[in-house]
This record gives sequence, structure tokens and C-alpha cells, in this order.
Amino acid sequence: MLPVLAAPAWMLAVVFVPLAAALLCFLLPRRAVILGLVAAVLTAAVTFALTLEVAAAGTAHTLLGGWAAPLGILWRADGLSAALLAMTALVGVTVSLYAAAYFRDDAHARVFFWPLWLLLWTALNALYLSADLFNLYVTLELLGFAAVSLTALGGGAAALTGAIRYLLVSVLGSLSYLLGVALLYHSCGSVDIGLVAACIPDAPRPASQVAAAAMMAGLILKTALFPFHFWLPPAHGSAPAPVSAVLSALVVKASFYLLLRLWLDVLGGGGRWAAELLGLLGVAAVLWGSVLALRQERLKLLIAYSTVAQIGYLFLALPLAVAGGAAAWTGALYLALAHGLAKAAMFLSAGNLLRFGGHDRIAELDSAVHRLPLTLTAFALAGVSIMGLPPSGGFIGKWLLLKAAFAQGRFGLVVVILLGGVLAAAYVFKVVGHAFTPAARERRLRTVPPGMEWSALLLAAAAIVLGLTLPLISPLLQVGAAPAAMATAFAAWSAA
Amino acid sequence: MSALFDPRLPADALLPLLVLASSLLPGLVVFFLGEARVRTRTALNLGGAFLKLAMVGWMIWGVYHGQRYELRLPLLDDLDLVLRVGALSLLFLVLSAGLWLVTTVYAVGYLEHSPHRSRFFGFFSLCVTATVGVAMAGNLLTFLLFFEMLTLTTYPLVVHRGTEAAREAGVVYLTHTVLAGALLLAGTVWLYTLTGTLTFAPQGFVGDVADSHPAALTAIFALLIGGVGVKAALVPLHGWLPRAMVAPAPVSALLHAVAVVKAGAFGVVLIVYDVFGIEQAAALGVTGPLALVAAVTIVYGSLRALFQDDLKRRLAFSTVSQVSYIVLGVAIVGPLASVGGIVHLVHQGVMKITLFFCAGNLAETLGIHKVSEMNGVGRRMPWTMGAFTIAALGMIGVPPMAGFISKWYLSLGALEAGVHWPLYVLIASSLLNAAYFLPILHAAWMREPTTPWPEPATSAQSGSSARRLQPETGWLLLLPPLVTAALSLLIGLFASMPVSPLEWSLLIAEREFHYP
Amino acid sequence: MTQAVFWALIGMALVVLGLYALIVHAHLLRKVLALNIMSSGVFLVFIGLARRTPDADAPMAADPVPQAMVLTGIVVAVAATGLALALIVRLRALTGRTTLGDDMGD
Repeated sequence: MLPVLAAPAWMLAVVFVPLAAALLCFLLPRRAVILGLVAAVLTAAVTFALTLEVAAAGTAHTLLGGWAAPLGILWRADGLSAALLAMTALVGVTVSLYAAAYFRDDAHARVFFWPLWLLLWTALNALYLSADLFNLYVTLELLGFAAVSLTALGGGAAALTGAIRYLLVSVLGSLSYLLGVALLYHSCGSVDIGLVAACIPDAPRPASQVAAAAMMAGLILKTALFPFHFWLPPAHGSAPAPVSAVLSALVVKASFYLLLRLWLDVLGGGGRWAAELLGLLGVAAVLWGSVLALRQERLKLLIAYSTVAQIGYLFLALPLAVAGGAAAWTGALYLALAHGLAKAAMFLSAGNLLRFGGHDRIAELDSAVHRLPLTLTAFALAGVSIMGLPPSGGFIGKWLLLKAAFAQGRFGLVVVILLGGVLAAAYVFKVVGHAFTPAARERRLRTVPPGMEWSALLLAAAAIVLGLTLPLISPLLQVGAAPAAMATAFAAWSAA
Repeated sequence: MSALFDPRLPADALLPLLVLASSLLPGLVVFFLGEARVRTRTALNLGGAFLKLAMVGWMIWGVYHGQRYELRLPLLDDLDLVLRVGALSLLFLVLSAGLWLVTTVYAVGYLEHSPHRSRFFGFFSLCVTATVGVAMAGNLLTFLLFFEMLTLTTYPLVVHRGTEAAREAGVVYLTHTVLAGALLLAGTVWLYTLTGTLTFAPQGFVGDVADSHPAALTAIFALLIGGVGVKAALVPLHGWLPRAMVAPAPVSALLHAVAVVKAGAFGVVLIVYDVFGIEQAAALGVTGPLALVAAVTIVYGSLRALFQDDLKRRLAFSTVSQVSYIVLGVAIVGPLASVGGIVHLVHQGVMKITLFFCAGNLAETLGIHKVSEMNGVGRRMPWTMGAFTIAALGMIGVPPMAGFISKWYLSLGALEAGVHWPLYVLIASSLLNAAYFLPILHAAWMREPTTPWPEPATSAQSGSSARRLQPETGWLLLLPPLVTAALSLLIGLFASMPVSPLEWSLLIAEREFHYP
Repeated sequence: MTQAVFWALIGMALVVLGLYALIVHAHLLRKVLALNIMSSGVFLVFIGLARRTPDADAPMAADPVPQAMVLTGIVVAVAATGLALALIVRLRALTGRTTLGDDMGD
């Protein structure tokens, strides 16, 4: 890479490269594909450069326009941001390659996909970099609009209905978040995360607590935690495959990241009872999502419900982490990263099967899975990570959660963590099992370009390899992590 | 910890990796080969098998001379993936590497002209890779990894035929093994939170916490044994095994003799010896119940086998019964019993694989699937039935076959430990073994054939001179059972030779018990 | 009750009203209106509470930062409304429906 550029330059590039490309794609629709691909590769490259920079030199900052807080907007990239940025880049560049092949014959979708997708990527990157509560709101809304528009890309009634429901939920969640920001601003007179965090322990009690609750509620709604998951399966299930992949793998992670960021950096990592409540919802999500996934008859809905279950795992980690398990935070993050890669791979595989067979009814997939061994392999490998079998990224995450659960003697959570894995195995093999039964019927089939198969496989392989890279990623996640002192300060505040 | 290889012994650290790679890489390449490229595929498979056997042989020499083979890869912050070769792992390694070679030859012959061969051989190689990984695991985490990999790679083999029965068997197999995997994972993590280590050690590694957490350790023992017990087909976790008989014969042979069942039994050995330590386990009072489960399994399996008319199902229940000899030998706390159990790991493998090869030959050549159809089959296929007879007699425990050695040491061990009931179990089981094997032998050799045999397809155009060289079935199908039958005779006859399985087992038991 | 708290309470009332309407009304246009009322409520809270008077001598010390933020928020709300209306119009053209219906899982 170019060592002459400092971290702030990479940070700006990470946001402005996809933004500029999105505008260019909009202005030059005929060249959208090539522009989009170049931008995707470029964005991924600068993101990896930034990640390496953060891993080597620690947390990076930049002040937009040179204005300092409380008035200016601070961008900050610590280990948590860098890890999610890198995951986004990996998924992003692969999905872009996939989409180039996927939308080849669909001029209408192609023209709209590229600017919207690059805008979505911009919003994601900006969200991960922002250290300013209001700026986060703006990125959250940008993300939501891009995601909703992409959901509607298919243009059918199902897609439109899913998109509208998604839009209503997304705006509602953002408003709830904004209400919290308003109350926090009232208490602290700033929206800078650092300043707000410093003022929180002394802030007037009911206002700041209501603020925290409102923000959390909004983000939970956007993250589709049970019982607010109702909007997710229709939206993710009816979008085109690359869009579903992006929505399930990345967009849901963004609001989870923000929730985590607030919890750790603004509220100080305490909040025992809130964590218990969210953990309980997480448990319900794991069980409910898995059972519903198992009962689906359409592949994309199965995968979407699997997302509901996997989000449950992220929240299930909260009570473990708050009770003093640094490993549980790492575990939750690891699950988020692994799920991002694996779920994208699954949706891309589903897209291949759908294109090949013309439908995604699981019971009739046999002819498609026979002809697309690479796609099936991708699905199965992604499934390994979702099930949490070694040596995948999902396994590492579950291992860390289990370790924390055993150390704290929480056997109920142990059972749920394991049961979720068993149910995941059940729904993954419900699909994979078709590979070994002879095809009952032949149907008119469309070919799937090899690029689409290989990109799904690449992401699935990445989810597996993630399981072997904890020694590399664990130190990265520690970069700029919230000091433990703040956690205790918050614990005192919330106990009082 | 952080260095990938120990810089002092790079070659020795690499050897375990190469042993894994010798089946992993051919397996991965085979997936991408076209169905028609039989020669390339066979060359890859056999090349890998020979290479693996050669490397294992090299390591036997090394371990015999005090060499240590160890490879560490950091996986979690404080836990490594460890591949390590010691006396016990070598025993299992030799078994799996040797029998893989034989089974590959057999499978090449058996699956001639059948569809999806690339897929079959690919997963076949991956399955052996997992087994070898289980054998070389240096800590419980590594064991868990390869154990789960074994589950995933055997599933496609079980459902290979793609029939509705195969699909159902696959579902049953997965239900059992996935749940077992969850138990194993739970036990492993729990143990880790208590002890802070998972590295296998000759006397176990739970000694420090045994006094403070006896209840937790007992629960962990139950979880771990439950986890591996499904693969070892301990009653009542054995339900998948007879159903998995729908798989092609080489798969059954591999499942029963080498890979799945044996990995489970090997897991029991590891958990009792290298995780808990036999003395610690005895002190916890968990070996008694384990012995009981083993005894019940032995008798139950034999009883069920008695009533099966389907030959492969009878063999399957026989496996259920025989594998628990290993568990019983471990659970009767005593050095001689351990020798009997450990040596049975090898003996049962060699004998049972012979039986399955023979059953496969009967099915392929004459279409015989049931015991009741076997009248007079010894005249039509004398070589196959000869091999079958040797293995069956070995199973019963007739001296000087391999099975006799196992039962002899198990009985001695029970007496040495001062308990008598295992003796009765062994006697009962041997009688039952005789009761379900001898009628087969009698029917095959003494009875008249009830129906005329189908003529072999190749004999039509062959003249009378070629007729003498014409084997009763394909050479590739005939040679493997003959080799393994001879082997089961030889390892019984020459049990006291320096590197015989028995001598290795004595070495292993010595290490565990400081036995003079 | 200070002026700030008064406006904040009004804002909260609007938020609750909007949320109620969003849930009970099936017609999509009403849902969009409900969201708009909610966002107005949030903006009112924001502005109202930010009109702090740290110095009793300077009653008009309005804080300009939240005003800028609310301006941004209004832009966002307009964009959301526009997007929602476009989608609704399209849905109506396709299906004739102006409600989401119970098409869950379809």
C-alpha cells in the first residue's frame, strides 16, 4: 500500500470513494457496471489499508473540516470499526463481482443497483467511522433509504410490500434513536461520543435513562431482534440475491454495531438488567428464528429466518459480556463477523439455485443442487459456520460465549447456545440433503456464470478461515476498546 | 505459541501435517475430476494411501526411538491446535492408514461403473483425513475439530446411494451425531473453564480440580462420553448404526472398522486415559457405570444380532457389541484389561472389515443380502467365505485368532482387578457370537445351495484354460478380504512380536499404569 | 414548568400520537402521515429542550446546534416521505392495494 498516506486520508477515502462512484454511476448509467466494479475494488483496497493502519498504529481520528467537538464532527476508527469495515469490504467486493454477473441481462435493475449499492456501502462505512451521535443518525437514515430502495429493486408486489414495511420500520427506529439523541443533547450539550460518555455518569437521571432506552429500542427494531423481527424475512426474502446478501450480512450488523458502540463507549458497558432483558429476547430469537427457519418451504425465507436466529446470538451475549466477560464481547463480535460472511455466502448460493431452477422451493431443489456442486459447497461451508462447527468463525464465537456462560454458571444459556447450533444443523441439512437424492424431474434451466458460483464459495471459505485467524483479529478488536474504569463507573451509576 | 512451527524440529513438526495432507489433498483434487477419469482418480487415491502408510511407518520407527512429532497452530487466544504422535495415536494411525489402503482398493473394485464416484472418493479421503486427525489430536479441542469433521464427511457417504432409505438413514445419523457433537462441545468448554487446559496428558489433566469439583467433573465425564458414545454406538445411543447399513459396502467397512465407530471408541479411551486419567476416573466413581453400559451394550448387541436375517444388519449389531469390548477393557480399571481393550481397537477393526468386505462380495457377485440365502455359498465363493470364516472365528474368540488375544487379556484383566462379572459378560457374549456366526458358517459350507447361482458376467466368453485363473469375483474385491483375513490370523499368531498391536498396547498400558 | 419542559411534553405527546396512529391505521398514507407527526414531535423535543438558559440573564441564549440538526432531520424526513410515497404509488398501480395486507412470508 501507500505508506505516505496517513490514517485520516484512508478514512476519508473509505467514505468518499464509494460516494463519488455512486454519483458517477447515477450520472453515467451506461458505464455503471465498470464504474461500480472499479469503485468496489478501490473501496476494498483503501479499507484494508485503513484496517492495517489501525492494527499497526492504533485508533485513528480525523476532524471533518478541521472543526473540533463539540461543534465539529469527529471520525474515529478503532479496532471495532476497523474489523467491521474490513468485513464490509470483503463482502462488498465479492457481492459486487457477483452482482455484475447477476444483473447482466437486466438493464433496468443494473442502472439502479450500482448507485444505490455504492451509496449503501458509503453509508455503512460512514456509520462505522462516525464518533458523533447525530452524524450516526444521518448515516443510519442514509443506510435505511438505500437498503429500502434496493429491496424494492425487484419491482414486484412482494418486493414493494417488503420494502414499504421495511421503510416504515426503519424510519420509526431512526426516530426513536433521534429522540434519544435529543434527550442526551439536553443533558450533555453535545453529541460527540467522547463528551457524552464523560458527562453520562453525572447526567440528570430520568432524562438520560429515557434517552438510552429510546436509542436502544430504535436500534433493536432496526436490528430485527425478536419480537421486532417481523419485517426482516419479507424484505430479505423478496429482494434480489445480491441485495439480500447485503441486507442480511451488512445492514443488520450496522445497527447492532451502533448499539454495541453506545453500550460500550457511551453508556460504559454496564446496565445489568437491560442486558438481561435483551439477553432474554436474544434467547427467544435464537429458538423462534431457528424453528421458523426449519419450517420454511422457500430457501430464501429459510435463510432470512436463520438471520433472525443468528441476531439472537449477538444479543444473547450481552448479559454474559456485561457480567464481566471480555471474551464474550469478542465472541459476540466474532459471531457478527462470521455471520456476515456466511450469510452473504448463503444468499448468493440461494441466488444461484434460484436462477438455475427458476424457483427456490426447498422440496424441489434436487435438480439444481446436483448441477451446481460449487454453489452447494458454498452453502454447506457457510452452514458449517452458522452451525458453529470447528474450525469456522462461528465456532470461535460460540466457543467464547460458551466459555463465558460456563464460567458464570449460566447453564440455561449454554443449552440455548448449543440448541441453536443443533437447529441450525437441521435447517442447513434440510437443504444440503437434496444433493444426494437423485433429481426427480428435469426442468428448463438457466446457466449460472462461474463467477457467481465462485464468489459465493469465496465468502463461505472466508467464514471458515475466519475461525483460524483469531490470533490476528483479537488484538485488532482490542485497539481503542473502552477502558474498564468506565464500565465500573457506569455500573455504579445504573445501580444507584 | 505464536510461532507456526517449532524452529528446532521443522521436519518432525511437518510430518503430522503431511500425514493429514496425504489424504486431504487427493480428496480435494478428486472432487474436481470428471467421472470418466478413473485412472487419475485411482492413482491419486492409492498414491495418497501408500504415502500415508509410508509416513506412518516412518513415525513408528521414530517413536520407537524416542522421537516426538508435534505441530502447534494457534487457534484461540490461549488454546492451540495440537497434532501430536504418541504410542496410542500410532496404534490408531496404523490401523486407519493400513485399512484405508485396503478399503480404497476394494472401493475401486466395488464402485466400478457406479455414478458419482468422484464425489464418493472425495468424501472418502476427507473422512480418512478426519480419522487420522482424531488419531493425532494432542488436545481435546483438536479432537473435537476432527471429530466434527468426521461427522460432516461421513454423512455424504452414508446417503451416497440416494435412495429414500439412504436419506432417512442420513437423517438418523445426523440427528445422533449432531446432538452428540453438542454434548461433546459442552463438556469440552466446561472442562476448559475448570482446568484452564485441554492438553492430553498420560495421567489426565483434571487432577488439580478433582477434589474441588467432583460433581462438575462427573457431569463433564457424562457429557464427553455421551458425545463420543454415539459414534462408539454405546446402547442406547447406537440407533444410527444399523440404519447406516444402507451405505455401499466399502463405506460400511470403513464406518465400522476404521472411521466412525472406532473414532468413538478411541475417544472413550482418550477421555478415560488422557483427559481424566484412569485413577482419577476410578476415584470419581465413573468407571463403574461406564463398565455397566459397556456390558449392557455387549450383551444387547449380540442378542439383537442373533435375530437379524439381513447379513449386514447382523454384522452391524455385532459391531455394536464388539466395539464395547474396547470400552469395557478401559472401564475395568486395570492394566491387563486396558491392554485387552486397546488391542481390540486394532483386532476388531481388522476382523470386522474382513466380514464387511465378504458381505459386500456376496451382495455384488451373487446378490445375497440375507443369511437365509447363504446356503452352500462356500462352494461357489470359497475364498471369500474362507476369509469370512477366519474373521468370524476370530470374532468368536477361537485361538489363535486376533479376537482370542483380546478376550484373553480382558478376562485376565477382570480377574486382576478382582471383579468377576465381566468374565460372565465375556462368556455370554462369546456364546452369543458363536450362536450368530456359526449358523452362517454351517449354512455356507455344509448345506446344499437352494437356488442356482447367477453366472459371473465375464465367464461367458472365457475358455476352459482361462477358467482356472478366473477368480470367483473381481480381483479388486477378492484381494482385500484375503489380506485382512490373513492379517487377523497373523496378528493373533505373532502377538508377541516386537511391534505387534499387542506389544504396542502393553507399551501404552505401561505408560498409563507404570506397570512393570 | 419551564418553557423548555412544556415544549418537550408537547413533542412527546406528538410522538405518542404518531406511534399510535402508525400502529392502528392500515392505510399506508396514514402510516406515512403518522411517521411525519412523530418526527415533528421529535424535532420539537429537540428544539424545545435545547433552548436552555444556562445564564438567567440571557433568556434568549438559544443553542444554534440543535436547530441545524433539526434542519437536517427535516430534510431526512422529507426524503423518507418522498420515498415512501413513491413506493406506495407504485404498489397501488401494481396491485390496487393501499395497505400492506397480511402477506407475511409470501
